Amino acid sequence: MSSIIRGRVWKYGDNINTDIISPGQYMSLPAEKQAEHAMEAIDPSFSEKVRPGDIIVAGKNFGSGSSRETAQMVLKHLKVGAVAASSFARIFFRNSINVGLPVVEIADTSLIHEGDEIEINLIEGTVWNHTRKEEYRGTKLPEHLVDMVKLGGLEPYLAKKLGISKSQEEVK
Amino acid sequence: MGMTMSEKILARSSGQGEVKAGDIVWVKPDIAMMHDLLGPWLVDPGFRRLGGRLYDRDKVVVVSDHCTPPATVQQADILKFTRDWAREHELPYYYEFEGPCHQVIVEHGHVRPGRLILGTDSHTCMAGGMGAFATGIGSTEMIGVLLTGETWLKVPETIKVVWDGELRPGVFSKDMVLKTIKDIGHAGATYQAIEFSGSAIRSLSMDDRLVLSNMAVEAGAKTGLIESDEEVVRFLRSKGVTDEIELLSSDEDAVFAKTLYYNASELEPQIACPHEVDNVHPVQAVEGTPVDQVYLGSCTNGRLSDLRTAAQILKGRKISKHIRCLVVPASQYVWMQANKEGILDILAEAGCVVNMPSCGACGGFTSGVIGAGEVVMSSSNRNFRGRMGSAQGEVYLGSPAAVAATAIEGKIADPRKYMELEVH
Ligand code: SF4
Repeated sequence: MSSIIRGRVWKYGDNINTDIISPGQYMSLPAEKQAEHAMEAIDPSFSEKVRPGDIIVAGKNFGSGSSRETAQMVLKHLKVGAVAASSFARIFFRNSINVGLPVVEIADTSLIHEGDEIEINLIEGTVWNHTRKEEYRGTKLPEHLVDMVKLGGLEPYLAKKLGISKSQEEVK
Repeated sequence: MGMTMSEKILARSSGQGEVKAGDIVWVKPDIAMMHDLLGPWLVDPGFRRLGGRLYDRDKVVVVSDHCTPPATVQQADILKFTRDWAREHELPYYYEFEGPCHQVIVEHGHVRPGRLILGTDSHTCMAGGMGAFATGIGSTEMIGVLLTGETWLKVPETIKVVWDGELRPGVFSKDMVLKTIKDIGHAGATYQAIEFSGSAIRSLSMDDRLVLSNMAVEAGAKTGLIESDEEVVRFLRSKGVTDEIELLSSDEDAVFAKTLYYNASELEPQIACPHEVDNVHPVQAVEGTPVDQVYLGSCTNGRLSDLRTAAQILKGRKISKHIRCLVVPASQYVWMQANKEGILDILAEAGCVVNMPSCGACGGFTSGVIGAGEVVMSSSNRNFRGRMGSAQGEVYLGSPAAVAATAIEGKIADPRKYMELEVH
Protein backbone atom coordinates (compact mmCIF):
# COMPACT_ATOMS: atom_id res chain seq x y z
CA MET A 1 0.00 0.00 0.00
CA SER A 2 1.38 3.37 -0.97
CA SER A 3 1.48 5.89 1.83
CA ILE A 4 0.31 8.75 -0.45
CA ILE A 5 -3.19 8.40 -1.89
CA ARG A 6 -4.90 10.87 -4.17
CA GLY A 7 -8.50 10.66 -5.32
CA ARG A 8 -11.99 12.07 -5.72
CA VAL A 9 -14.30 12.30 -2.69
CA TRP A 10 -17.62 10.61 -1.94
CA LYS A 11 -19.02 12.21 1.18
CA TYR A 12 -21.14 10.54 3.88
CA GLY A 13 -22.31 11.38 7.40
CA ASP A 14 -21.80 9.89 10.86
CA ASN A 15 -22.17 6.26 11.97
CA ILE A 16 -21.69 4.45 8.70
CA ASN A 17 -21.75 0.96 10.24
CA THR A 18 -20.52 -2.31 8.79
CA ASP A 19 -24.07 -3.53 8.12
CA ILE A 20 -24.34 -0.58 5.71
CA ILE A 21 -20.93 -1.12 4.12
CA SER A 22 -21.40 -4.88 3.84
CA PRO A 23 -24.96 -6.10 4.52
CA GLY A 24 -25.12 -9.43 6.39
CA GLN A 25 -27.51 -11.08 3.98
CA TYR A 26 -24.96 -11.04 1.14
CA MET A 27 -21.93 -12.05 3.18
CA SER A 28 -21.81 -15.62 1.95
CA LEU A 29 -21.71 -14.47 -1.71
CA PRO A 30 -18.46 -14.02 -3.69
CA ALA A 31 -16.70 -10.67 -3.28
CA GLU A 32 -17.87 -9.19 -6.59
CA LYS A 33 -21.52 -9.92 -5.75
CA GLN A 34 -21.18 -8.53 -2.23
CA ALA A 35 -19.54 -5.42 -3.61
CA GLU A 36 -22.66 -4.64 -5.68
CA HIS A 37 -24.53 -4.11 -2.40
CA ALA A 38 -21.93 -1.99 -0.62
CA MET A 39 -23.48 1.09 1.02
CA GLU A 40 -26.83 0.39 -0.66
CA ALA A 41 -28.91 1.07 2.47
CA ILE A 42 -27.90 4.74 2.28
CA ASP A 43 -26.67 5.11 -1.31
CA PRO A 44 -28.03 2.46 -3.70
CA SER A 45 -25.94 3.61 -6.67
CA PHE A 46 -22.60 3.64 -4.82
CA SER A 47 -21.15 0.50 -6.40
CA GLU A 48 -21.98 1.78 -9.90
CA LYS A 49 -20.66 5.29 -9.57
CA VAL A 50 -17.51 4.72 -7.52
CA ARG A 51 -14.33 4.61 -9.60
CA PRO A 52 -10.92 3.15 -8.78
CA GLY A 53 -8.97 5.46 -6.48
CA ASP A 54 -11.99 7.36 -5.15
CA ILE A 55 -11.87 8.27 -1.47
CA ILE A 56 -14.71 7.96 1.03
CA VAL A 57 -14.90 10.85 3.49
CA ALA A 58 -17.28 10.50 6.41
CA GLY A 59 -18.12 11.85 9.85
CA LYS A 60 -17.86 10.22 13.24
CA ASN A 61 -17.73 6.51 14.13
CA PHE A 62 -17.10 5.06 10.66
CA GLY A 63 -17.27 1.26 10.55
CA SER A 64 -19.07 0.63 13.83
CA GLY A 65 -20.77 -2.66 14.59
CA SER A 66 -19.70 -6.05 13.34
CA SER A 67 -16.03 -7.09 13.08
CA ARG A 68 -16.61 -8.32 9.51
CA GLU A 69 -13.68 -7.71 7.19
CA THR A 70 -16.06 -8.06 4.28
CA ALA A 71 -16.48 -4.32 4.87
CA GLN A 72 -12.85 -3.74 3.88
CA MET A 73 -13.07 -6.45 1.25
CA VAL A 74 -15.95 -4.83 -0.66
CA LEU A 75 -14.31 -1.40 -0.50
CA LYS A 76 -11.04 -2.84 -1.77
CA HIS A 77 -12.90 -4.79 -4.43
CA LEU A 78 -14.45 -1.52 -5.64
CA LYS A 79 -10.87 -0.13 -5.53
CA VAL A 80 -11.74 2.60 -3.03
CA GLY A 81 -8.40 4.36 -2.47
CA ALA A 82 -8.85 5.29 1.18
CA VAL A 83 -11.32 6.26 3.87
CA ALA A 84 -11.00 9.49 5.84
CA ALA A 85 -13.32 10.05 8.79
CA SER A 86 -13.57 12.19 11.93
CA SER A 87 -13.34 8.98 13.92
CA PHE A 88 -13.39 5.24 13.32
CA ALA A 89 -14.84 2.36 15.27
CA ARG A 90 -12.00 0.46 16.91
CA ILE A 91 -12.21 -2.88 15.11
CA PHE A 92 -12.74 -1.27 11.70
CA PHE A 93 -9.61 0.83 12.11
CA ARG A 94 -7.49 -2.19 13.11
CA ASN A 95 -8.88 -4.32 10.30
CA SER A 96 -8.18 -1.63 7.72
CA ILE A 97 -4.52 -1.41 8.71
CA ASN A 98 -4.29 -5.19 8.75
CA VAL A 99 -5.69 -5.69 5.26
CA GLY A 100 -4.04 -2.63 3.76
CA LEU A 101 -7.06 -0.33 3.28
CA PRO A 102 -5.69 3.15 3.95
CA VAL A 103 -7.54 5.04 6.71
CA VAL A 104 -6.92 8.44 8.20
CA GLU A 105 -8.60 10.23 11.08
CA ILE A 106 -9.11 13.97 10.70
CA ALA A 107 -11.02 15.78 13.41
CA ASP A 108 -13.22 17.89 11.13
CA THR A 109 -14.21 16.36 7.81
CA SER A 110 -16.95 18.94 7.20
CA LEU A 111 -14.45 21.09 5.30
CA ILE A 112 -14.18 18.41 2.61
CA HIS A 113 -16.98 18.20 0.07
CA GLU A 114 -18.24 15.61 -2.36
CA GLY A 115 -16.27 15.74 -5.59
CA ASP A 116 -13.17 17.38 -4.05
CA GLU A 117 -9.80 16.02 -5.10
CA ILE A 118 -7.76 15.19 -2.00
CA GLU A 119 -4.38 13.71 -1.24
CA ILE A 120 -3.71 11.74 1.93
CA ASN A 121 -0.28 11.25 3.48
CA LEU A 122 -0.81 8.20 5.63
CA ILE A 123 2.42 8.29 7.57
CA GLU A 124 2.17 12.00 8.42
CA GLY A 125 -1.58 11.84 8.94
CA THR A 126 -2.19 14.88 6.75
CA VAL A 127 -4.68 15.61 3.98
CA TRP A 128 -4.18 18.15 1.18
CA ASN A 129 -7.34 19.32 -0.55
CA HIS A 130 -6.35 20.10 -4.16
CA THR A 131 -9.78 21.57 -4.95
CA ARG A 132 -9.84 24.01 -2.04
CA LYS A 133 -6.08 24.41 -1.49
CA GLU A 134 -6.38 23.57 2.20
CA GLU A 135 -4.43 21.25 4.47
CA TYR A 136 -5.96 19.27 7.34
CA ARG A 137 -3.95 17.68 10.14
CA GLY A 138 -5.04 14.23 11.11
CA THR A 139 -4.00 11.79 13.77
CA LYS A 140 -0.59 10.26 13.13
CA LEU A 141 -0.45 6.50 13.05
CA PRO A 142 1.02 4.91 16.16
CA GLU A 143 4.67 4.11 15.45
CA HIS A 144 4.32 0.35 15.68
CA LEU A 145 1.80 0.43 12.85
CA VAL A 146 3.85 2.49 10.41
CA ASP A 147 5.96 -0.53 9.48
CA MET A 148 2.88 -2.57 8.85
CA VAL A 149 1.38 0.10 6.63
CA LYS A 150 4.61 0.50 4.69
CA LEU A 151 4.76 -3.24 4.08
CA GLY A 152 1.12 -3.34 2.94
CA GLY A 153 -0.67 -4.89 5.89
CA LEU A 154 -0.42 -7.62 8.49
CA GLU A 155 0.22 -10.52 6.13
CA PRO A 156 3.45 -9.21 4.60
CA TYR A 157 4.41 -7.97 8.07
CA LEU A 158 3.95 -11.47 9.50
CA ALA A 159 5.79 -13.00 6.56
CA LYS A 160 8.76 -10.83 7.44
CA LYS A 161 8.48 -11.58 11.14
CA LEU A 162 8.23 -15.32 10.53
CA GLY A 163 11.08 -15.17 8.05
CA ILE A 164 8.98 -16.47 5.18
CA SER A 165 10.52 -15.19 1.97
CA LYS A 166 7.76 -14.32 -0.41
CA SER A 167 7.66 -11.50 -2.82
CA GLN A 168 5.09 -8.82 -2.12
CA GLU A 169 3.24 -9.98 -5.24
CA GLU A 170 2.78 -13.55 -4.04
CA VAL A 171 1.65 -12.43 -0.63
CA LYS A 172 -1.01 -10.08 -1.97
CA MET B 1 -1.09 2.66 41.72
CA GLY B 2 -4.06 0.28 41.56
CA MET B 3 -5.08 -1.45 38.37
CA THR B 4 -8.45 -1.95 36.67
CA MET B 5 -9.59 -5.44 35.67
CA SER B 6 -8.46 -4.76 32.10
CA GLU B 7 -5.03 -3.61 33.25
CA LYS B 8 -4.60 -6.68 35.44
CA ILE B 9 -5.51 -9.13 32.70
CA LEU B 10 -3.37 -7.43 30.06
CA ALA B 11 -0.46 -7.15 32.50
CA ARG B 12 -0.56 -10.88 33.11
CA SER B 13 -1.00 -11.72 29.45
CA SER B 14 1.90 -9.53 28.40
CA GLY B 15 4.12 -10.89 31.18
CA GLN B 16 4.51 -7.55 32.94
CA GLY B 17 3.99 -6.64 36.56
CA GLU B 18 2.07 -3.52 35.78
CA VAL B 19 0.54 -1.85 32.73
CA LYS B 20 -1.56 1.27 32.49
CA ALA B 21 -4.20 2.60 30.12
CA GLY B 22 -2.60 3.83 26.90
CA ASP B 23 0.29 1.32 26.92
CA ILE B 24 0.64 -0.80 23.82
CA VAL B 25 1.39 -4.37 24.82
CA TRP B 26 2.05 -7.68 23.09
CA VAL B 27 -0.31 -10.23 24.57
CA LYS B 28 -0.85 -13.98 24.38
CA PRO B 29 -4.57 -14.77 24.16
CA ASP B 30 -5.80 -17.79 26.13
CA ILE B 31 -8.57 -18.46 23.63
CA ALA B 32 -8.75 -17.64 19.93
CA MET B 33 -12.36 -18.04 18.87
CA MET B 34 -13.66 -18.08 15.29
CA HIS B 35 -17.11 -18.65 13.84
CA ASP B 36 -18.09 -19.99 10.45
CA LEU B 37 -18.82 -16.72 8.67
CA LEU B 38 -15.69 -14.79 9.72
CA GLY B 39 -13.42 -17.71 10.56
CA PRO B 40 -11.48 -20.42 8.71
CA TRP B 41 -13.21 -19.72 5.39
CA LEU B 42 -11.66 -16.22 5.33
CA VAL B 43 -8.56 -16.93 7.36
CA ASP B 44 -7.31 -20.00 5.52
CA PRO B 45 -5.74 -18.54 2.35
CA GLY B 46 -3.47 -16.12 4.22
CA PHE B 47 -2.84 -18.67 6.98
CA ARG B 48 -1.64 -21.17 4.36
CA ARG B 49 0.56 -18.66 2.57
CA LEU B 50 2.33 -18.07 5.86
CA GLY B 51 3.02 -21.71 6.59
CA GLY B 52 -0.37 -22.86 7.84
CA ARG B 53 0.79 -24.17 11.22
CA LEU B 54 -1.21 -23.49 14.36
CA TYR B 55 0.79 -22.09 17.24
CA ASP B 56 -1.33 -24.00 19.77
CA ARG B 57 -4.46 -25.86 18.69
CA ASP B 58 -5.65 -26.24 22.30
CA LYS B 59 -6.27 -22.50 22.40
CA VAL B 60 -8.40 -22.43 19.25
CA VAL B 61 -12.18 -22.77 19.45
CA VAL B 62 -14.31 -22.82 16.29
CA VAL B 63 -18.10 -22.54 16.37
CA SER B 64 -20.37 -22.83 13.34
CA ASP B 65 -23.41 -20.77 14.20
CA HIS B 66 -24.14 -18.09 11.58
CA CYS B 67 -24.77 -20.46 8.68
CA THR B 68 -26.62 -23.13 10.68
CA PRO B 69 -28.63 -24.81 9.38
CA PRO B 70 -27.57 -23.51 5.98
CA ALA B 71 -30.25 -21.63 4.04
CA THR B 72 -28.29 -21.45 0.79
CA VAL B 73 -25.71 -23.53 -1.04
CA GLN B 74 -23.08 -20.90 -0.31
CA GLN B 75 -23.77 -21.18 3.41
CA ALA B 76 -23.58 -24.97 3.16
CA ASP B 77 -20.20 -24.60 1.44
CA ILE B 78 -18.90 -22.30 4.18
CA LEU B 79 -20.12 -24.72 6.82
CA LYS B 80 -18.45 -27.67 5.11
CA PHE B 81 -15.24 -25.69 4.76
CA THR B 82 -15.29 -24.85 8.46
CA ARG B 83 -15.98 -28.43 9.52
CA ASP B 84 -13.24 -29.81 7.23
CA TRP B 85 -10.79 -27.19 8.48
CA ALA B 86 -11.44 -28.12 12.09
CA ARG B 87 -10.83 -31.77 11.22
CA GLU B 88 -7.72 -31.11 9.13
CA HIS B 89 -6.14 -29.14 11.98
CA GLU B 90 -7.31 -31.67 14.57
CA LEU B 91 -9.01 -29.01 16.66
CA PRO B 92 -10.07 -30.37 20.03
CA TYR B 93 -12.83 -27.76 20.24
CA TYR B 94 -15.21 -27.53 17.31
CA TYR B 95 -18.95 -26.99 17.82
CA GLU B 96 -21.73 -26.71 15.28
CA PHE B 97 -25.53 -26.39 15.40
CA GLU B 98 -25.18 -25.64 19.11
CA GLY B 99 -26.06 -21.94 19.09
CA PRO B 100 -24.28 -18.56 18.84
CA CYS B 101 -20.53 -18.83 19.56
CA HIS B 102 -20.54 -16.47 22.54
CA GLN B 103 -23.02 -18.60 24.44
CA VAL B 104 -21.34 -21.85 23.37
CA ILE B 105 -17.89 -20.86 24.68
CA VAL B 106 -19.40 -19.74 27.98
CA GLU B 107 -21.34 -22.99 28.45
CA HIS B 108 -18.40 -25.20 27.54
CA GLY B 109 -16.17 -23.63 30.19
CA HIS B 110 -13.77 -21.87 27.81
CA VAL B 111 -14.45 -18.55 29.49
CA ARG B 112 -12.88 -18.01 32.92
CA PRO B 113 -12.14 -14.94 35.02
CA GLY B 114 -8.79 -13.39 34.09
CA ARG B 115 -8.50 -14.99 30.67
CA LEU B 116 -7.79 -13.07 27.50
CA ILE B 117 -10.19 -14.06 24.74
CA LEU B 118 -10.01 -12.80 21.16
CA GLY B 119 -12.69 -13.72 18.64
CA THR B 120 -13.58 -12.86 15.07
CA ASP B 121 -16.88 -11.32 16.13
CA SER B 122 -17.66 -7.99 17.69
CA HIS B 123 -19.82 -9.48 20.46
CA THR B 124 -16.86 -11.49 21.78
CA CYS B 125 -16.98 -8.87 24.55
CA MET B 126 -19.80 -10.91 26.11
CA ALA B 127 -17.26 -13.14 27.84
CA GLY B 128 -16.29 -10.12 29.95
CA GLY B 129 -19.41 -10.75 32.00
CA MET B 130 -17.48 -13.60 33.63
CA GLY B 131 -14.43 -11.45 34.33
CA ALA B 132 -12.42 -12.22 31.18
CA PHE B 133 -10.91 -9.57 28.91
CA ALA B 134 -12.66 -10.42 25.67
CA THR B 135 -12.77 -8.47 22.44
CA GLY B 136 -13.46 -8.78 18.75
CA ILE B 137 -10.74 -8.79 16.10
CA GLY B 138 -10.79 -9.12 12.33
CA SER B 139 -10.16 -12.28 10.37
CA THR B 140 -6.75 -11.10 9.10
CA GLU B 141 -5.64 -10.30 12.60
CA MET B 142 -6.69 -13.79 13.60
CA ILE B 143 -4.15 -15.18 11.11
CA GLY B 144 -1.39 -13.63 13.20
CA VAL B 145 -2.85 -14.99 16.44
CA LEU B 146 -3.16 -18.50 14.99
CA LEU B 147 0.41 -18.51 13.66
CA THR B 148 2.28 -16.75 16.44
CA GLY B 149 0.01 -17.02 19.50
CA GLU B 150 0.22 -13.30 20.08
CA THR B 151 -0.92 -9.88 18.96
CA TRP B 152 -0.76 -6.29 20.18
CA LEU B 153 -3.44 -4.44 22.10
CA LYS B 154 -3.69 -0.98 23.49
CA VAL B 155 -4.57 -1.09 27.17
CA PRO B 156 -7.94 0.69 27.34
CA GLU B 157 -9.13 3.24 29.83
CA THR B 158 -12.20 2.10 31.71
CA ILE B 159 -15.57 3.74 32.14
CA LYS B 160 -17.13 2.48 35.35
CA VAL B 161 -20.89 2.07 35.33
CA VAL B 162 -22.40 1.59 38.77
CA TRP B 163 -25.94 0.28 39.15
CA ASP B 164 -27.19 0.22 42.73
CA GLY B 165 -30.71 -0.42 44.00
CA GLU B 166 -33.15 -3.12 43.02
CA LEU B 167 -34.86 -3.65 39.67
CA ARG B 168 -38.65 -3.49 39.83
CA PRO B 169 -40.85 -6.24 38.32
CA GLY B 170 -40.91 -6.06 34.53
CA VAL B 171 -37.50 -4.36 34.34
CA PHE B 172 -34.39 -6.36 33.43
CA SER B 173 -30.67 -6.18 32.74
CA LYS B 174 -31.52 -5.46 29.06
CA ASP B 175 -33.18 -2.24 30.20
CA MET B 176 -30.09 -1.36 32.26
CA VAL B 177 -27.76 -1.80 29.32
CA LEU B 178 -30.01 0.07 26.87
CA LYS B 179 -30.20 2.99 29.29
CA THR B 180 -26.40 2.92 29.71
CA ILE B 181 -25.82 2.88 25.94
CA LYS B 182 -28.25 5.75 25.51
CA ASP B 183 -26.24 7.86 27.95
CA ILE B 184 -22.77 6.90 26.74
CA GLY B 185 -23.80 7.04 23.06
CA HIS B 186 -23.04 4.47 20.39
CA ALA B 187 -19.45 5.66 20.00
CA GLY B 188 -18.99 7.11 23.47
CA ALA B 189 -16.77 4.31 24.75
CA THR B 190 -14.66 3.77 21.61
CA TYR B 191 -11.17 2.47 22.53
CA GLN B 192 -12.34 2.13 26.16
CA ALA B 193 -13.56 -0.70 28.37
CA ILE B 194 -16.78 -0.54 30.35
CA GLU B 195 -16.90 -2.09 33.79
CA PHE B 196 -20.31 -2.71 35.32
CA SER B 197 -20.53 -2.83 39.10
CA GLY B 198 -22.81 -2.07 42.02
CA SER B 199 -25.33 -4.01 44.09
CA ALA B 200 -27.87 -4.30 41.26
CA ILE B 201 -25.24 -6.00 39.09
CA ARG B 202 -24.10 -8.35 41.87
CA SER B 203 -27.65 -9.56 42.41
CA LEU B 204 -28.02 -10.58 38.73
CA SER B 205 -27.68 -14.21 37.63
CA MET B 206 -24.95 -15.12 35.14
CA ASP B 207 -27.61 -15.28 32.39
CA ASP B 208 -28.64 -11.70 33.08
CA ARG B 209 -25.12 -10.34 33.55
CA LEU B 210 -24.04 -11.55 30.12
CA VAL B 211 -26.62 -9.22 28.54
CA LEU B 212 -24.66 -6.24 29.84
CA SER B 213 -21.24 -7.36 28.67
CA ASN B 214 -22.65 -8.57 25.33
CA MET B 215 -23.88 -5.09 24.45
CA ALA B 216 -20.83 -3.11 25.61
CA VAL B 217 -19.66 -2.94 21.99
CA GLU B 218 -22.89 -1.09 21.12
CA ALA B 219 -21.39 1.86 22.99
CA GLY B 220 -18.23 1.35 20.95
CA ALA B 221 -16.37 -0.32 23.85
CA LYS B 222 -13.51 -2.73 23.41
CA THR B 223 -14.92 -4.96 26.11
CA GLY B 224 -17.49 -5.02 28.89
CA LEU B 225 -16.35 -6.41 32.21
CA ILE B 226 -18.08 -7.49 35.38
CA GLU B 227 -16.12 -8.27 38.51
CA SER B 228 -16.16 -12.01 39.15
CA ASP B 229 -17.69 -13.39 42.34
CA GLU B 230 -19.32 -16.54 43.73
CA GLU B 231 -21.97 -16.47 40.99
CA VAL B 232 -19.24 -17.07 38.41
CA VAL B 233 -17.91 -19.99 40.44
CA ARG B 234 -21.42 -21.43 40.82
CA PHE B 235 -22.00 -21.11 37.07
CA LEU B 236 -18.70 -22.77 36.10
CA ARG B 237 -19.25 -25.61 38.58
CA SER B 238 -22.70 -26.19 37.06
CA LYS B 239 -20.94 -26.60 33.72
CA GLY B 240 -18.62 -29.24 35.14
CA VAL B 241 -15.52 -27.05 35.57
CA THR B 242 -13.59 -28.37 38.56
CA ASP B 243 -10.33 -26.34 38.29
CA GLU B 244 -9.56 -23.69 40.83
CA ILE B 245 -11.09 -20.38 39.81
CA GLU B 246 -9.33 -17.15 40.58
CA LEU B 247 -11.72 -14.27 41.09
CA LEU B 248 -10.85 -10.87 39.70
CA SER B 249 -11.83 -7.28 40.37
CA SER B 250 -10.41 -3.79 39.98
CA ASP B 251 -8.31 -2.37 42.81
CA GLU B 252 -9.90 0.19 45.12
CA ASP B 253 -7.46 2.85 43.91
CA ALA B 254 -7.64 1.96 40.21
CA VAL B 255 -8.03 4.94 37.89
CA PHE B 256 -11.23 5.20 35.81
CA ALA B 257 -11.84 7.56 32.89
CA LYS B 258 -15.20 8.37 34.42
CA THR B 259 -17.89 6.82 36.58
CA LEU B 260 -21.63 6.84 35.91
CA TYR B 261 -24.09 6.15 38.73
CA TYR B 262 -27.59 4.74 38.36
CA ASN B 263 -30.40 3.67 40.65
CA ALA B 264 -31.97 0.48 39.31
CA SER B 265 -35.18 1.01 41.26
CA GLU B 266 -35.94 4.11 39.19
CA LEU B 267 -35.52 2.35 35.86
CA GLU B 268 -38.44 1.71 33.48
CA PRO B 269 -38.53 -0.69 30.52
CA GLN B 270 -36.43 0.74 27.66
CA ILE B 271 -36.73 0.28 23.90
CA ALA B 272 -34.02 0.99 21.30
CA CYS B 273 -35.70 2.43 18.21
CA PRO B 274 -34.56 2.26 14.56
CA HIS B 275 -31.82 2.54 13.37
CA GLU B 276 -29.28 3.00 16.18
CA VAL B 277 -28.82 1.15 19.46
CA ASP B 278 -28.51 4.41 21.41
CA ASN B 279 -31.84 5.72 20.12
CA VAL B 280 -33.39 4.55 23.37
CA HIS B 281 -36.73 5.63 24.86
CA PRO B 282 -38.89 4.48 27.77
CA VAL B 283 -41.44 1.97 26.50
CA GLN B 284 -44.33 4.47 26.91
CA ALA B 285 -42.87 6.59 24.10
CA VAL B 286 -43.33 3.84 21.50
CA GLU B 287 -46.15 1.77 23.02
CA GLY B 288 -48.73 0.85 20.39
CA THR B 289 -46.34 0.76 17.41
CA PRO B 290 -47.59 -2.14 15.23
CA VAL B 291 -45.09 -4.91 14.47
CA ASP B 292 -45.01 -7.80 11.97
CA GLN B 293 -42.56 -10.08 13.73
CA VAL B 294 -41.34 -10.70 17.23
CA TYR B 295 -37.93 -12.28 17.80
CA LEU B 296 -36.89 -13.84 21.08
CA GLY B 297 -33.36 -15.12 20.83
CA SER B 298 -29.68 -14.33 20.08
CA CYS B 299 -26.57 -14.39 22.23
CA THR B 300 -27.94 -11.31 23.98
CA ASN B 301 -31.28 -12.57 25.26
CA GLY B 302 -31.98 -16.15 24.24
CA ARG B 303 -30.88 -17.77 27.49
CA LEU B 304 -32.91 -19.84 29.92
CA SER B 305 -33.85 -16.93 32.17
CA ASP B 306 -35.11 -15.07 29.09
CA LEU B 307 -37.26 -17.97 27.92
CA ARG B 308 -38.59 -18.40 31.46
CA THR B 309 -39.60 -14.75 31.58
CA ALA B 310 -41.31 -14.96 28.19
CA ALA B 311 -43.15 -18.13 29.25
CA GLN B 312 -44.27 -16.45 32.45
CA ILE B 313 -45.93 -13.76 30.34
CA LEU B 314 -47.24 -15.98 27.55
CA LYS B 315 -48.58 -18.84 29.68
CA GLY B 316 -52.30 -19.26 29.03
CA ARG B 317 -52.28 -16.42 26.52
CA LYS B 318 -52.15 -16.25 22.72
CA ILE B 319 -49.95 -14.12 20.53
CA SER B 320 -51.63 -11.68 18.16
CA LYS B 321 -52.98 -13.20 14.93
CA HIS B 322 -51.32 -10.45 12.93
CA ILE B 323 -47.75 -11.34 13.78
CA ARG B 324 -45.39 -14.27 13.95
CA CYS B 325 -43.23 -14.88 16.98
CA LEU B 326 -39.91 -16.68 16.51
CA VAL B 327 -38.17 -18.13 19.53
CA VAL B 328 -34.50 -19.07 19.12
CA PRO B 329 -32.92 -20.61 22.23
CA ALA B 330 -29.31 -19.41 22.59
CA SER B 331 -27.88 -22.93 22.77
CA GLN B 332 -28.69 -26.60 22.58
CA TYR B 333 -28.44 -26.70 26.37
CA VAL B 334 -30.96 -23.86 26.69
CA TRP B 335 -33.27 -25.66 24.24
CA MET B 336 -33.14 -28.92 26.18
CA GLN B 337 -33.52 -27.31 29.59
CA ALA B 338 -36.43 -25.17 28.40
CA ASN B 339 -38.00 -28.29 27.00
CA LYS B 340 -37.62 -30.11 30.34
CA GLU B 341 -39.19 -27.22 32.18
CA GLY B 342 -42.19 -27.21 29.84
CA ILE B 343 -41.29 -23.74 28.57
CA LEU B 344 -41.20 -24.71 24.90
CA ASP B 345 -44.72 -26.14 25.20
CA ILE B 346 -46.01 -22.96 26.82
CA LEU B 347 -44.47 -20.86 24.07
CA ALA B 348 -45.75 -23.12 21.28
CA GLU B 349 -49.26 -23.18 22.77
CA ALA B 350 -49.22 -19.40 22.81
CA GLY B 351 -48.53 -19.51 19.07
CA CYS B 352 -44.74 -18.99 18.97
CA VAL B 353 -42.56 -20.96 16.58
CA VAL B 354 -39.52 -22.44 18.32
CA ASN B 355 -36.50 -22.60 16.01
CA MET B 356 -33.17 -24.34 16.47
CA PRO B 357 -30.32 -22.64 18.35
CA SER B 358 -28.49 -20.48 15.79
CA CYS B 359 -27.71 -16.91 14.88
CA GLY B 360 -30.80 -17.12 12.69
CA ALA B 361 -32.37 -13.82 11.77
CA CYS B 362 -30.41 -11.79 14.35
CA GLY B 363 -27.80 -10.86 11.76
CA GLY B 364 -30.05 -11.38 8.74
CA PHE B 365 -28.50 -14.74 7.83
CA THR B 366 -31.08 -17.50 8.04
CA SER B 367 -34.66 -18.27 9.11
CA GLY B 368 -36.78 -15.23 9.76
CA VAL B 369 -35.24 -12.32 7.85
CA ILE B 370 -37.66 -9.46 7.22
CA GLY B 371 -38.93 -7.84 4.03
CA ALA B 372 -39.31 -4.19 3.00
CA GLY B 373 -41.68 -2.27 5.24
CA GLU B 374 -41.72 -4.93 7.95
CA VAL B 375 -41.21 -4.09 11.61
CA VAL B 376 -39.57 -6.37 14.19
CA MET B 377 -39.49 -6.23 17.95
CA SER B 378 -36.40 -8.20 18.95
CA SER B 379 -34.49 -9.22 22.05
CA SER B 380 -31.19 -9.13 20.13
CA ASN B 381 -28.51 -6.45 20.19
CA ARG B 382 -28.46 -4.46 16.94
CA ASN B 383 -31.11 -2.55 15.07
CA PHE B 384 -28.97 -1.11 12.27
CA ARG B 385 -30.64 -0.50 8.93
CA GLY B 386 -30.70 -3.79 7.05
CA ARG B 387 -29.46 -5.79 10.04
CA MET B 388 -32.29 -8.35 10.03
CA GLY B 389 -32.99 -8.34 6.30
CA SER B 390 -34.40 -5.57 4.13
CA ALA B 391 -32.88 -2.10 4.47
CA GLN B 392 -36.48 -0.86 4.33
CA GLY B 393 -37.36 -2.83 7.46
CA GLU B 394 -37.30 -1.52 11.02
CA VAL B 395 -35.96 -3.17 14.17
CA TYR B 396 -36.86 -2.27 17.75
CA LEU B 397 -34.91 -3.80 20.63
CA GLY B 398 -36.16 -4.60 24.11
CA SER B 399 -36.08 -7.12 26.94
CA PRO B 400 -37.53 -10.63 26.51
CA ALA B 401 -40.47 -9.47 28.64
CA ALA B 402 -41.14 -6.51 26.35
CA VAL B 403 -40.83 -8.86 23.38
CA ALA B 404 -43.37 -11.30 24.88
CA ALA B 405 -45.81 -8.53 25.76
CA THR B 406 -45.48 -7.17 22.23
CA ALA B 407 -46.23 -10.63 20.82
CA ILE B 408 -49.55 -10.69 22.69
CA GLU B 409 -50.70 -7.27 21.51
CA GLY B 410 -49.11 -7.25 18.05
CA LYS B 411 -47.93 -3.76 19.02
CA ILE B 412 -45.04 -2.64 21.17
CA ALA B 413 -46.28 -3.15 24.73
CA ASP B 414 -45.24 -2.43 28.30
CA PRO B 415 -44.30 -5.77 29.89
CA ARG B 416 -45.20 -4.62 33.39
CA LYS B 417 -48.90 -5.27 32.89
CA TYR B 418 -48.24 -8.97 32.23
CA MET B 419 -45.86 -9.73 35.07
CA GLU B 420 -48.33 -11.11 37.63
CA LEU B 421 -48.67 -14.70 36.28
CA GLU B 422 -46.35 -17.41 37.60
CA VAL B 423 -44.86 -19.95 35.25
CA HIS B 424 -45.23 -23.13 37.33
S1 SF4 C 1 -26.76 -14.18 17.76
FE1 SF4 C 1 -26.61 -12.29 16.59
S2 SF4 C 1 -25.24 -10.97 17.74
FE2 SF4 C 1 -25.00 -13.05 18.54
S3 SF4 C 1 -23.25 -13.88 17.39
FE3 SF4 C 1 -25.10 -14.45 16.29
S4 SF4 C 1 -25.44 -12.82 14.75
FE4 SF4 C 1 -23.97 -12.07 16.27
